[in-house]
Amino acid sequence: MIEIKDLHKSYKMGSNSLHVLKGINFSVEEGELVAIMGSSGSGKSTLLNILGMLDELDEGSYDLDGVPIKNLNETKAANYRNKFLGFIFQSFNLINYKSAMENVALPLYYQKVSRKERQEKALKYLEQVGLKEWAGHLPSELSGGQKQRVAIARALAAEPKVLLADEPTGALDSKTSYEVMDLIQKINDEGNTILIVTHEPDIADMCKRIVHLKDGIILEDKKVNQVRASQYV
Amino acid sequence: MFDIERWQEIFDTIRKNKLRTFLTGLSVASGIFILVILLGLGQGMQNGIAEEFKEDAATSIWVWPRRTTVEYKGLNPGRKVQLRNENFEVISKSLGSGFEKASMLYFPQNLQVLYKNDPLAYDITGTNGDLQEIENEVIYEGRFINETDVLHNAKVAVIGRKIREEAFANVDSPIGEYITISGMGFKIVGVFGEYGQNKDEEERIFIPISTAQLSFNGADKLNNINFMLPEMETFEATLAKNQEFTTALNSYLKQYHNVAPEDERAIRIWNPIQEVKRYYSLSKGIEIFFWAVGLFTIIAGVVSVSNIMLIVVKERTREIGIRKALGAKPWSIIGMIMHEAIFVTAIAGFAGLIFSLGLLELVGPAVNVDYIVNPSVDFNVAFATVIVLIIAGAIAGFFPAWKAVKVHVIEALRDE
Repeated sequence: MIEIKDLHKSYKMGSNSLHVLKGINFSVEEGELVAIMGSSGSGKSTLLNILGMLDELDEGSYDLDGVPIKNLNETKAANYRNKFLGFIFQSFNLINYKSAMENVALPLYYQKVSRKERQEKALKYLEQVGLKEWAGHLPSELSGGQKQRVAIARALAAEPKVLLADEPTGALDSKTSYEVMDLIQKINDEGNTILIVTHEPDIADMCKRIVHLKDGIILEDKKVNQVRASQYV
Repeated sequence: MFDIERWQEIFDTIRKNKLRTFLTGLSVASGIFILVILLGLGQGMQNGIAEEFKEDAATSIWVWPRRTTVEYKGLNPGRKVQLRNENFEVISKSLGSGFEKASMLYFPQNLQVLYKNDPLAYDITGTNGDLQEIENEVIYEGRFINETDVLHNAKVAVIGRKIREEAFANVDSPIGEYITISGMGFKIVGVFGEYGQNKDEEERIFIPISTAQLSFNGADKLNNINFMLPEMETFEATLAKNQEFTTALNSYLKQYHNVAPEDERAIRIWNPIQEVKRYYSLSKGIEIFFWAVGLFTIIAGVVSVSNIMLIVVKERTREIGIRKALGAKPWSIIGMIMHEAIFVTAIAGFAGLIFSLGLLELVGPAVNVDYIVNPSVDFNVAFATVIVLIIAGAIAGFFPAWKAVKVHVIEALRDE
C-alpha cells in the first residue's frame, strides 16, 4: 500500500541546512496498523507530512497504492489527499461552527458528492463511531473522546486507502484514549490501513507493528503482539 | 459563481457566524454611510455657495447711460445720453454672435397703477422674455413675459412676489386679475421672485417692452440694455469673451452717441463677472477640499475594510488548514473565502449606500441653512465607491488567505 525508498528530506534554516530524514526505507501492506514512534525531533512529523502529501520529498520515492507521489502541484496533491488519505489529529480539528454531521460530511463536499448523499453517508459513519444521536451537536457540546470519534468518522467518510493519525490520543485521558484505540482497532479489523504517530508506548503496543525513528533514520521496525484496547474499556 | 453547493456552503458559514458577519457588514455599511453623507454634505456646501452667488446670472452685462462729462466734437459736457432701440438692434446683429440672451428695459415714469380702484405704488418696467434668465428670476405662478407678448404689444403684466403678498393677499391666485396702468387694463399672467435676499427687486411689475414704449411715451427710448454671455469651458475663456464683448459694446455706443472715448462715466457698463471671479476660485477651492476629504475617507474605508478582512481570514486560518487536509484545493478555499467576503461586503455596502442615499433624498431637500443647500450625491460616484471598497476588501482578504493556504497543514493544526 505504501512503499518508501531511500527517503531524504532537509529543511533550510537560514544558511544552515537541517537534514531531517536521512534515508528511510519503509513499506506498509494493506490492512496494517502501524505505530510510528520517536522523540520530538526524530523526524516523525516530517515523515507524516510527506506521507500526507503536505510536504515534498527531496530524494527517494514514495508510492501510494501503486501511484508514484512526486512533483505534485497543490491541486493534484489535494485531489490525492481527498481520495487516498484520511487525517486524524491530536487536537481533533473539527470546524467549530459546523455540527458533528456537517464536519463528517465536509470531505465529501470536496469529492463533489451531492448534499443529500453527504448527509446520509455522514450519518452512517457517525453511527459507526456510536455518535448518531449527536449528529446535530456542535463540537463545543461534545467531550474530547466524542470529538475524536467525530474526527475519525470524518476521516472514514471519504473512504480513504490509508488513515493517518497524528497523536490521536495525545489530548485525551487514558480511559478515553483506550476507547478511541478500541475504535481504531475495530476499523483496522475491517481491513483499513492505519498509521499512527505516537510517543506513548501503551498506544503503540495496541498496534500490530512499531517503527522507531531516531535522528532521521529507522532505528527499529518490528511486528508486535497487539494488545486489544477493549480489555481496558 | 453559480455553483449551488458553494452558495449553500457560504450561506451555512454566514448563518453560523452571525456575529462575525454582522460586525463585518456593520463596519462596511457604516463606512459607506459616512462616506456618502460626507460627499453629500460637500455637494450641499457647493450648492449653498453657488446659491449665494446666484442672484444675477454670472455672465451678464448691464448697460445704462448717464450724462457726458467730457466735451467732444463741439458738444458740451452734461449732455444726457439716450439709448434707443436701434442701439439694441445693431448690437444684436453685428456683435450678436457672442451672447446667449439680450434684454432691454424701459422705465415709463409718472404712471398711475390701480388694482380694483386701490392705488399700487410699484414701478413699471417694460422688458422682453430674456430678462428672466439674465436676472435669474424664479417663476412662482403663471409665466414670464414672452416674445409673443412683445410682438403683439400684449397688455399683460408679471408681478413680483412681494406685490402678490401685499396687494393680492385676498385672492387665490393673481393670475387672470386685471390692474389698470394709466387707464389701460393689463392682465396679470405671472408672479416672479428673486434668488436670495434681493426682496426690493420683487416690487417691480414687468410689461412687454413694445407695449411700454407704445403706450407710455416711450417711442424708441431704452433705459437699460442687458446681455448674458455663454459660460465657457474655463473661467479664463469666459472672462476673455466677456471683456472682448464689453470692449466692442463700449466703443460702438460711444461712437454712436458722440461720447469722448476717454469719458468713462457717460455710459456705464456693469460686469458682475469680476465678482464672480471670487466665486469661481472659492468654488474650485471647495471642490478640491471635498475631493480630498472624499479621497481620504475612501482610503480610511479601504483600510478599515481591509483590516476586517485580514482579521476574518486570520481567524479562519485553522479552518483553512482543516479544509486543506480534507482535500480542498487551494483555489477552492481562496475562492470560497473571497466569495463569502465579497458577498458580505457587497450586501452590506449596498445596504449602507441605499440607507445613506435614502437619508439624503429624504432630509436633503429640507436642509437649507446658509452655505448648505440640498446635500445630495451623484449615484455613480457613490456606486463606484462601494465597488472600490468591495475590491479593496477582496484584495485585502486574498493575501492572508493565500498565505494561510500555503502554510503546512500539520504544522498549522498540530499545536494549539
